[in-house]
Amino acid sequence: MADTALKEKKVHEPLFHIVKRSGLIWYKAWLIRIFAIIAALIVCALVTMMLAHQNPIKVYQTMLSGAFGTQRRIWILLQSLAMLLCVSLAVTPAFKMRFWNIGGEGQVLIGGLATAACMIVLGGKLPNALLLVVMVIASMAAGAIWAMIPAVFKAKWNTNETLFTLMMNYVGIQLVSYFSMVWEARKGSGQIGIINQDTKYGWMPVLGNYDYLLNIIIVAVITVLMYVYLKYSKHGYEIAVVGESQNTARYIGVNVKKVIIRTMLLSGAVCGIAGFLLVSGTNHTINTTTADNRGFTAIMVSWLAKFNPLFMVLTSFLLVFLQCGANEISTKFGLNKSFSDILTGIILFFIIGCEFFINYQIKFRHSHKEVQ
Amino acid sequence: MNATPAAIALRGVTKKFGHVVANKNVDLDVRRGEILAILGENGSGKTTLMNMISGIYYPDEGQIFIDGAEVMIRSPKDAFHYKIGMIHQHFKLVDIFSATENIILGIGDGKYNLKAAESQVREISERYGFVLAPDKKIYDMSVSEKQTVEIIKVLYRGADILILDEPTAVLTPQETDKLFQVLRRMRDDGKAIIIITHKLHEVLAISDRVSVLRKGEYIATVNTAETNESELTEMMVGKKISLNIERSEPKAPQDRLIVKNISCEGVMGRKMLDDVSFTARSGEILGIAGIAGSGQKELLEAIAGLQNLSGGDILYNDPKTMQTVDLRDKSPTEIRELGVRLSFVPEDRLGMGLVGNMDIIDNMMLRSYRRGHSMFLNRKDPRDLAQRIIDDLEVITPGATTPVRRLSGGNVQKVLVGREISSHPKVLMAAYPVRGLDINSSYLIYNLLNKQKEHGVAVIFVGEDLDVLIELCDRILVLNSGKVTGIVDGRTAKKEEIGLLMTKTDYGTEVQANG
Repeated sequence: MADTALKEKKVHEPLFHIVKRSGLIWYKAWLIRIFAIIAALIVCALVTMMLAHQNPIKVYQTMLSGAFGTQRRIWILLQSLAMLLCVSLAVTPAFKMRFWNIGGEGQVLIGGLATAACMIVLGGKLPNALLLVVMVIASMAAGAIWAMIPAVFKAKWNTNETLFTLMMNYVGIQLVSYFSMVWEARKGSGQIGIINQDTKYGWMPVLGNYDYLLNIIIVAVITVLMYVYLKYSKHGYEIAVVGESQNTARYIGVNVKKVIIRTMLLSGAVCGIAGFLLVSGTNHTINTTTADNRGFTAIMVSWLAKFNPLFMVLTSFLLVFLQCGANEISTKFGLNKSFSDILTGIILFFIIGCEFFINYQIKFRHSHKEVQ
Repeated sequence: MNATPAAIALRGVTKKFGHVVANKNVDLDVRRGEILAILGENGSGKTTLMNMISGIYYPDEGQIFIDGAEVMIRSPKDAFHYKIGMIHQHFKLVDIFSATENIILGIGDGKYNLKAAESQVREISERYGFVLAPDKKIYDMSVSEKQTVEIIKVLYRGADILILDEPTAVLTPQETDKLFQVLRRMRDDGKAIIIITHKLHEVLAISDRVSVLRKGEYIATVNTAETNESELTEMMVGKKISLNIERSEPKAPQDRLIVKNISCEGVMGRKMLDDVSFTARSGEILGIAGIAGSGQKELLEAIAGLQNLSGGDILYNDPKTMQTVDLRDKSPTEIRELGVRLSFVPEDRLGMGLVGNMDIIDNMMLRSYRRGHSMFLNRKDPRDLAQRIIDDLEVITPGATTPVRRLSGGNVQKVLVGREISSHPKVLMAAYPVRGLDINSSYLIYNLLNKQKEHGVAVIFVGEDLDVLIELCDRILVLNSGKVTGIVDGRTAKKEEIGLLMTKTDYGTEVQANG
C-alpha cells in the first residue's frame, strides 16, 4: 500500500539540512578557519582578475610588501596594530559585560583632545616629565567621563547604551573641530598643526631610534594587564557574571549599576590612553580623523577574539595587515581606494562566515549513510 | 482490521544533535480514534520525536507514513498540510490579540473575516466542550484558557492528528480533568491524539495505549488497560525503583523564619504578594503550592532580598546568637553580612542560579568569590568544592572545567543544589527543584532536602506536582493570586482540597460546577 501511494505522489527529501555541532576539536576548527582564508584569497584573486585585470599573484605580493616591504612599513604596521589593539582592549570589558560601547571613537578623540589641550596650554610651564604625567591623567579622565555619561544613564534609567554612546561620538567630533578653530595654527586653516614642533613639549620620549617603540611597549603592558584583570580579578569575574546574566548577578548580590559604571570608567580611561598615545606619541596633533574609525574596528577585533586580550593581538594584526596590504594594492595598481575595501570585505566575510561551519554542519541528502 | 493503516506510523526514525542521539530507531503507530500516551523521562526524546512529526526538525534517518503513504515533513507547513497539529508546552500566542485573532493568525488564505471565524470558534468550542470567550484578550486569560486557545487553533486549521506536549504540567487537578474530558470527546470524534507526559497516573487515566521511550530508544507499546504504574516505571527507567518518598517527623522544630504580612507590587502596580504571613520552622519542610505565577517567585525573592516590599517584615531567628534580625529592605550581600545562613535554589537554574557559559568551578565561586581582601580571585577552594560535589552527588560531567550549560538538566541541578547546601544553610529555599529532572535525579534531590531537614534546616520547597508535595512536606502553604489561602498538614491533606485552595477566588463558580 505504501508503495502505490509513493508512486502517486513523488516526495523529495530536502537537499540538505543543518545540524548543530557539539564541540569541534580545536585543530579542526582551525583547519576550517585556514581553509576559509585560502578560499577568501582565491575569491579575491578571481575578483582582481575580472575587475582589475591584474595578475593575482602579483597582487598578493604587493599586499605582503605593503605590510612588510621595508623596515619603516613594519614599524608602521606594528604602530597601527598597537593603536587598534589599545582601543580594542578598551572596549572589551564593556562588551564582555554586554554593554554595547559603540562610543570608543569619541572616547579616544576626547582623550586625545585633553592631551592636546595640556600640550598647548601647559607646554613649557611645567617640567616635561610632570607634563606627561598630567597629560596621561587628563586623557584618562576625559575618556572616562565620556564613557561614564552613557553608563550612568544606563544604570539609572536603563537608556539604550548603543544609541547613547554612538551619539557621544558626534559630540566628541564637534568638540575637536571647535577646538581646531580655537587653536588653529595658521589663521583660517582650521587645523591645529604639529603642536610644540620646535620645543617638543609633551611629546612622548623616543626610545633609541624607534619612533613608536614606547607606544608598542605601553600597549603590550596594557594587553597583559587587561588579560589578568578580566581573567583573575574579582572585578573581571563580576563583569563576566553581569554580561552573562544580570539576574544571576542580582541573585548573588552584585551591585549591577555599580559594575556598569565602574567598567565603563575603565573602558573610557583606556580609550583615553589610546587618544594620548595617538596625539602625544604618534601624530603630535589632533583632528577629527585622529581616531580613524578604530573605535568601530575595535568592536570587530574584540568579538572575533571572543574577548580574549591575547587573541586580540592576532585579530588586530589580521585587520591591520589587510588594511596596509589593501592600501598598497590600490596605490600601486592605480586602483580606486574602494578596491582595497572590497578585498578587505571579502576576506572578513569568509573569516566571520566560517564560524558558522564551526558551529554547524550541513548534511546533504543521504550523506549520513555514506559517513557510517 | 489491519486494513485501515495507522494515522501516523514512524519507522526507524533517528535524530542526532552532535554526539547526542535524541531518538534512535523509533517505531510508533497512532490510530484514529485513540489516545496514545508517549511516556518517558525528561531527556528521553519525546519532544524531539514529536517535533519531527510536526515539521520542526527533520529526521536524520527513517520514514514517516500518514494513512499508509510515506511522507516527507520538511516544515510546519507540510505538517499542517497533513493535518497534524501540535500544542507546545510553551504557548505561542500574541498577548494583546484576542482568542480569535490568535487563532486565525498566519493562516494566510487571503481572507480575514473575524465574524465568520468567531462563529466557527464557537462551534468548535461547543462540539468538544471547551469554555472560551472568543473575543477575550490573551493577557486576561489564565494558563488553562491559553492552552484552550492553542488547542482550538490547531482544530480550526483542520488538524485531525493532535500532539500535546506535557499539557498538564501547568494545570491544576480540576483543569486537568476538564482537559481530559475534552480529549476524550475529540477521540470519540475520530481524531488521533498523542499526549506527551511523564506523569504515570495521567497516562493511566487518559490513554488507550502507551508507548515508552528511554534515552531516545523506543522500548515498547502496551495497552493501558493491561498495565500498571510499577510496570510502566520499570519500562521508563530501566530498573525497578520504589516510588515512595520518606518523611521523618520534625525534630524539635523552632521558628526560624517568620514572615509577617508582606506585600509587594509587580509592574503596573499589580499586587504580586498580598499580606502573606507564615512561619518556617527548623527541621521541617514547608511546601508552597499554587498555580504558576501566584507569587511563589516573588515570595522567595523577597526573602532572599531581591524584591522591594511595600509592607510587612521578614524576621530571622539566629540559632547561634538567639537574636532576631529583620531582613526587609536588605540586599543579598547585607543579609549575608548579618550572618543569616540563607540558601536559595531559584527556579531559573541557568538564568539565575548559575551562569551557563561558566565552568563548574567558576559557578562555585558565585556565592563566595568576595571572600578575602585580595583583588584577585581564589580559585583553589572553589575547585576543591566543585570536585567534592561532582564526587558526592555523582555529577556526570567530563570535568570541573566543563561549562554547566553542557550538562544535562539533572546534573545542572545537582551542581546548583550542591553549591547551595555546601554553605551549611539554616534556611534552604528551593523553587521547583525537580522540574525537568528524571526520576532518579528527582529522588536524589528529595533525599538531599530530607537530609537538610534532619540537620535542622528550615526547608521551603516550592513545587508543582501535588502528589510530591503531599508526600514530602510537613506543611503545605497554598498561594493564590499572591494571597495565602491556606496552610494544610501534609500528612492529612487531600489533593483535591489543595486544588480548591489554589483556584478558589478566581474560579470559584467553575470549581463548584466541577465539585
